[in-house]
Parts: sequence; structure tokens; C-alpha cells
Amino acid sequence: MLFTSYGFIAFLCLLFVAYYFVPKRWQWGLLLAASYIFYAFAGWQCLIFIAVTTVSAYAVARLMARMAGRESDYLAAHRDSMDKEARKAYKAKAKKRRFGVLLCGLVLNFGILAVLKYTAFAVFNLNSALTAFGAEPLGIPDLLLPMGISFYIFQTMGYLIDVYRGKTQAEENFFRLALFVSFFPQLVQGPISRHGDLAAQLYAPHAFDARGFTYGLQRILWGYFKKLVIADRVLVAMQTMLDTPDGYRGVYVILLILLYSVQIYADFTGGIDITVGVAQCLGIRLAENFDHPFSSRSTKEYWRRWHITMGSWFTDYVFYPLSVTRPMMKLSKWSRRVLGNTVGKRIPVYLATIVTWFLTGLWHGAGWNFIVWGLLNCAVILVSQELEPLYARFRVKFPRLTASSPYGGFMAVRTFLLMGLFRSLDCYRDVGLTFRLWGSMLTVWNWGELGSGMMSLGLTLADWIILAGGVLTVAVVSRLTMRMDIRERLYDRPVLSWVLCGGLLLAILLFGAYGVGYDASQFIYNQF
Amino acid sequence: MKKRILITVCALLVLALVLGLCQAVLMPKYRENPEGALIGEYYAEAGEHDVLFVGDCEVYESIIPAVLWEEYGISSYVRGSGQQLVWHSYYLLREMLEKETPKAVVFNVLALKYGEPQSEAFNRMTLDGMQWSSSKVQAIRASMTEDEQFLDYVFPLLRFHSRITELKGEDFRYAFSEPPAVSHSGYLMQTGVAPMSAELADIEGARLSDYTLPKTAMDYLERMRLLCEEKGAELILMKAPTNSWAYWWYEEWEEQIVSYAEQNGLRYYNFIPLCGEIGIDWSRDTYDGGVHLNVYGAEKLTSYFGEILQSEHGIADRRADTELSERWQGRVERYHTDKENREGEK
Repeated sequence: MLFTSYGFIAFLCLLFVAYYFVPKRWQWGLLLAASYIFYAFAGWQCLIFIAVTTVSAYAVARLMARMAGRESDYLAAHRDSMDKEARKAYKAKAKKRRFGVLLCGLVLNFGILAVLKYTAFAVFNLNSALTAFGAEPLGIPDLLLPMGISFYIFQTMGYLIDVYRGKTQAEENFFRLALFVSFFPQLVQGPISRHGDLAAQLYAPHAFDARGFTYGLQRILWGYFKKLVIADRVLVAMQTMLDTPDGYRGVYVILLILLYSVQIYADFTGGIDITVGVAQCLGIRLAENFDHPFSSRSTKEYWRRWHITMGSWFTDYVFYPLSVTRPMMKLSKWSRRVLGNTVGKRIPVYLATIVTWFLTGLWHGAGWNFIVWGLLNCAVILVSQELEPLYARFRVKFPRLTASSPYGGFMAVRTFLLMGLFRSLDCYRDVGLTFRLWGSMLTVWNWGELGSGMMSLGLTLADWIILAGGVLTVAVVSRLTMRMDIRERLYDRPVLSWVLCGGLLLAILLFGAYGVGYDASQFIYNQF
Repeated sequence: MKKRILITVCALLVLALVLGLCQAVLMPKYRENPEGALIGEYYAEAGEHDVLFVGDCEVYESIIPAVLWEEYGISSYVRGSGQQLVWHSYYLLREMLEKETPKAVVFNVLALKYGEPQSEAFNRMTLDGMQWSSSKVQAIRASMTEDEQFLDYVFPLLRFHSRITELKGEDFRYAFSEPPAVSHSGYLMQTGVAPMSAELADIEGARLSDYTLPKTAMDYLERMRLLCEEKGAELILMKAPTNSWAYWWYEEWEEQIVSYAEQNGLRYYNFIPLCGEIGIDWSRDTYDGGVHLNVYGAEKLTSYFGEILQSEHGIADRRADTELSERWQGRVERYHTDKENREGEK
């Protein structure tokens, strides 16, 4: 069930009515049923995989909780008979046992993800090696990839790790955990929520709150505007260029980079707006996934503002744990000894950063383009980190310049273009082709044909005008939201609120790229 | 709170009004593709016909009600549209038979070759013109292609919103008023002459893997027969003349229609082998290389068929009915004026 389908809107309407009419203690049960119905539309087979994740997570978390309880009981019972060392040894042993249980859960679930998502990629690469040695290539399996599997597995594994770390309580009620895993608005493209933030809200009774409901609807509307008016319209031009990429070199590569930046922003943030808005209508506040990413002045800042929940997941569950693993600590000691303190202390951090970005790339898709994309981001972040003293000196030497708005604008544009450039790896889906086309930006000078060329990309002048209007609207609203809560301001001005929302709805209905004649596209992040 | 509710209600009303206005403007007016306007033009004449013709382009470009009236005093109407499928025809007929009681219904059999919905564009051209009724709802349900949604028919704005970038003066001019009729009681006039090229004239249609007429199509024909029986109208089958390999009428199809007609006691007229007798001259009487008749061919066929309808099916001459005659007189005049004007333009 696509977010942009009539079916989904009807589904939402029915759910909203039922949600506020059923007794409050049934609300979370209703959400669970709705989530499974929603997911069943993606294919009944998908239900099997989400059920396996739910059952295994429930079992592992309960087992870890029971073990932790027994450990506490044992320690309490032997408080007098055990000295500090013995207690420490007991705790370490118990932790190791719990870690073993956690590992089972992680291996099973990440194993499912790896098999379903990466087998074809692995076989493809194996075939390259086999054919190089003259051997027969293997058949590439066509495995089912359940919708949103990366999102719900990451969210659930985050829960398991949090239970292991004692950061959150293991859920006692299986069905409540099932709702946390499958909460339908975020199944499609996140955000990746934390159990501690989301669970209590999911299970709590919610009375109808007109203000919150209105805010939710406004957010949904805004999401549809971004998705239908901007993202799906840009797609037409992009698709034309991507069908024959070698025919669109030089200035077209720059155009594609710009258009894809617009498209992925409108698509992904639009989808998240719908997700957060739906949850808000149900009285649930989801974590924000974006914070004005295109205003970022550096790659590091960009990644604090773009796909925030994924970034923080990798930081909390990959980067930090990896940095303090025993091998990493050994490496740290060794590198400090051999390379000196200044260089040596960086080695483990850099290694953890590289691994984290490698996995981030791989999470986005099973392809070398994604891995290269991740590693390029990593390279820029590490180089920027190394050059930071230089930047600091520059800021000290030119304080007025570096504090000025034009300089800030320059930094933001620079970051935007760099991120856009890397992102084009996602478009072309072929590393060699991407590098070749990047090169053409310097070698092919076809700026003169841009005007007429833009009209041959499947969009008419009217389409470009609508697109420009849409992007301008989003830019203005985005700018405003940096300074104020627009919905809060509008709530006390109902007439103005209706004029704006009515105008937005009209713009979606009239200018949206939907229905027969348009190729309704899935949200880009669906595929991750 | 009361104020907020009042504002909400007012805002919703204004929004509905604005959406209604937009929809009226965005709906296609079918001035350049007049086929889309044919179905809706029926309602102005509903209720006074002795013969109703239903079918696809082979009917609305082959039968001229004005000629039938002028020569035989037969009051008739052609309810056809581009690629009108059997279920379209069935539901259109059902709708018409709720408004009038004709003596005969003539159905052109070409569409029986289709057992599946074919094209969204043609669906819209047929269905958008229908007034809302249970017939329309069922016609939509029977006709939708995979990509179509029922809601798009209920709120055509959802379908035609993309026209926002291609609006013309006529879209505003006819947003709230009836545009001038493009047809003559359902007949769409074609005055051009374009015979089939000599090298293509002898080519027959490509052989098919299966000649069985689809069951769905035959089921709807049966429903049409039962409906006519129930309403006391005689169902007559016809196959309009064609002379094109592109729209070939296969002998195997002919046999199935003949067999069905015999089994059910229906009269069936295949005009293809009768072209010589009718006087159709394929070098002059077609506007598209033998696929469809132009007005000259259609006049010949109508004259020929009118004689059959009167002599064999007892369709009465109604010219003595003054009131009806007056109305038809106006239509006949308009037909001739239009024909002269078009001939003058050539």
C-alpha cells in the first residue's frame, strides 16, 4: 500500500475514526492490527519475516532480562560471601553469557537481512572472480526483499542492544513488542526509533487532541506536496537522463546532481513528513529525521542533519562499540607505541569510522556504488577532521569573513554540491560510469545546449515552472521553520491556516504528478 | 471553539466550491477529439427513438439518423464512441432503455473481438459522458484497466489535473455551459476522402492464433439480448462495411455470430459482402483507407439499411407526427448545412 495511493488515505481515515472511538485500552491493539494489515499489502510472505524478527527479539530480550534478574538475585543473595573481585568476575561472566544470547539474536536477524539483501550482490561479485578464472558463473538468486526490512531490523536490534545494555526494559507483552517492531507509519522508510522513546507512547491511551491532530494533518499535507508536486515531477527528467546516461554528459551531469538532490530531499523528507504526521494524528511523536540538511556547512554537520536516526544508530550501535572492542584497544596501544601519541590515537578512531561508513554505504544498498559513496563521505569527514586546525587558524585570521553570511552561504553551497556529487553514485548505480561522467563535467562544455536540452527531458516549460515554484515554496517554508514553529503560529489564526492549507491541498491536487499518465513511483527509501 | 468549527465548515465549503470550479474547467471538452463528446450528447434527445444503434466507431461513422428520418421517417439515435466495448454498449443500452422504449436495437458486432478492457483513454471517452446511474457505476467497474481507479471517475479532477498546463479558451468557455453538439444524433460526420492505396488493397488481415470470440464479450451480448427481450425491443446485429486489412473481419468470427444469431432467432446483417449492392465505392466512400466510411459511404449504407428496417422489421414512418417531425426537421437541416460547410472548407 503506497503512501500515495487512495487506498492508504482511506485506510488512514478508517483508522483515525476507529482509533478515537474504541476504548482507549484497545488503541494499541488496534494499531498492531492496522500495522499488520498495512504490511500484509506488501505481500503475505513479508509477514513471515517480520514475525520471525519479532519472535526472536522477544525471546532474546526476555531471556536477557531473566538472566539479568537472576544475576541480581544471585549477587543480592551472596552479598556477604563475595568480595569485590568475585563480584566483578561474576558480573563479567554473566555479561558474557548475556552477550552470547544477544549475539544469537543479532546474528539471526542481521543474517536474514544479509541473505535477503546481499546474496545477489555477493554472487554477482563471486561470478566476476569465477569468470576471470574461466569457471562457470553461478545463477543469481532472486530473493524476496520485504518492505522496510532494513528499518525494522535495525530498530529491533537497537532495542535488543539497549536491553543488553540495561538502557531499556525488555517488553513483557509479546504483542506490545510486535507493535514496536511493526508500527506501520515508519515501516516504509523509518525513522529508526529507539524503544525508550517510542514504546511507552505506543501503548499509552490517547485522547483526541484537536491541536495535535491538526498539526498531524498539516504535516501529512506538506509531505504529499513535497512528494507529488516536486519529487515525482523531477523523476521524469531524471529518468530520461538515466535511461541513456552517456547521452547526457557535461552540464547534464551537473543538472542531474541538482535534480537528484531536489528529488531525494523532497521524496525522503516528504515521506518522513507523512510518517511523522500520521503518528502525530495518533498522538505519537516520532523522532525527527531531518534538520535543514541543506543548510549544513560541512559534511559532518550534514550527517547530523540528514537521516538523523540512521546516523545516530550507526554511531551508537556500531561506531562507539567498535571503538572500544578489545582488538581496537590493542590496536590503539600498538599504534600509539609505534606511531606516537598524536598519530597513534587516531588509528582506531579512523578505522572505526571507515568500518561505520562502509556499513552505512552497504545499508543503503547492495552495490559497489553505495559502498564507494559511503567511503567517499568517510574520506571527506576524515580529511576535514585533519584539516580542522588549518580551518581554525583561518577563522582566527579572518574572523569577520568567516562569521559573515556570504561565507556561510558559500560553505552551505559547497557542502550541498559535494553531497550531491557523491549522491549521483546512487543515481548512475555504476562506479565506473559515475566517475566517467564526473570527468565529463570538466571535459565536455555543452552549457549552450542546456536551455533547449531541459525541454527535451520529458518536462514542459510549465512543468519546470511548477517545479521551480514548488522548490521555492519548500525553501521559504524551510527557512521559516528555522526561526519559528509555523503550525503553532497558524493555529491561532484559523482563517489564514485554512487559506494556506487549502492552497496547499489545491496545489497537490492540481500540480501533483499522480494518477493515470504519471508513473507513480515508490518512495526512494522504500528500497532500503 | 464554536468559531473554529464555523470557520472549518465555511473553509470546507469554499474548498469544495473551488475544487468544483477547477474540475469544471479541467474536464476535457473534446473539441479536437470529438469522439469523447458523443456519449453525453444523447441526453438532449433521449426519449423519442424507434431505433437505437449501439457500438463503436463503425456505427457512429456509418449510420446517419438524419438520413434515416429524411428518407424513411425513422426516429433513431446512434450511441457509440471510440473503441466502445461490448460492456460499454450493454450499460449504455441499459441506461437508454430506462429512458425510452425503442422498437429495435441495432448492435455492431466488431467489438465482440475484445474480452478485456483496452484503453483508459477510450474508457474515459465513453464513460465520462454518461450521467450518474447504477448503469454508469457498473460500466466503470466492468471497464477499468489495471491502472484506473474508481475514485478518478467520481472525482475526475484526480484524473484530469494534469491538463492544468494545457488549458485552452474552450475549457473556460464551456466549463459551465453545454458546448455545441459535435454529432448529428450520435453520427460523427467525416467528409474527407482517402481511399486505401492500391498496394495495400489486396492484403488480408494477419492470421490469429485463436479465433474464438471472448466469453466475456459473448456474455455481454447475451445480456444485451435478454435486456432487449425484457424491454420488448428487437435486437438486430450488424457488421459495418470495412475494406482494410488493419480491421479485418474474419470468417471464423462471422461463423460464430451467424451461429449465435440463428440460435437466438436474431437478424444479423453483415454489410461487407453487400458493399457492391449498397453501392459503396472504396475509392470515394472512405476517409481513412477503408477502415471507416465517410459521409458519402454512410449515406449509402443508411439508405440501404433504412429500407431493411422499414420493410423487414416494421419500423414505422413517423413523419406524420408533427411535433417529432419539427424537431427532426431542424436536425436534418443542421446535418445538410454542416455537410455543405465542410465540403466548402475542402
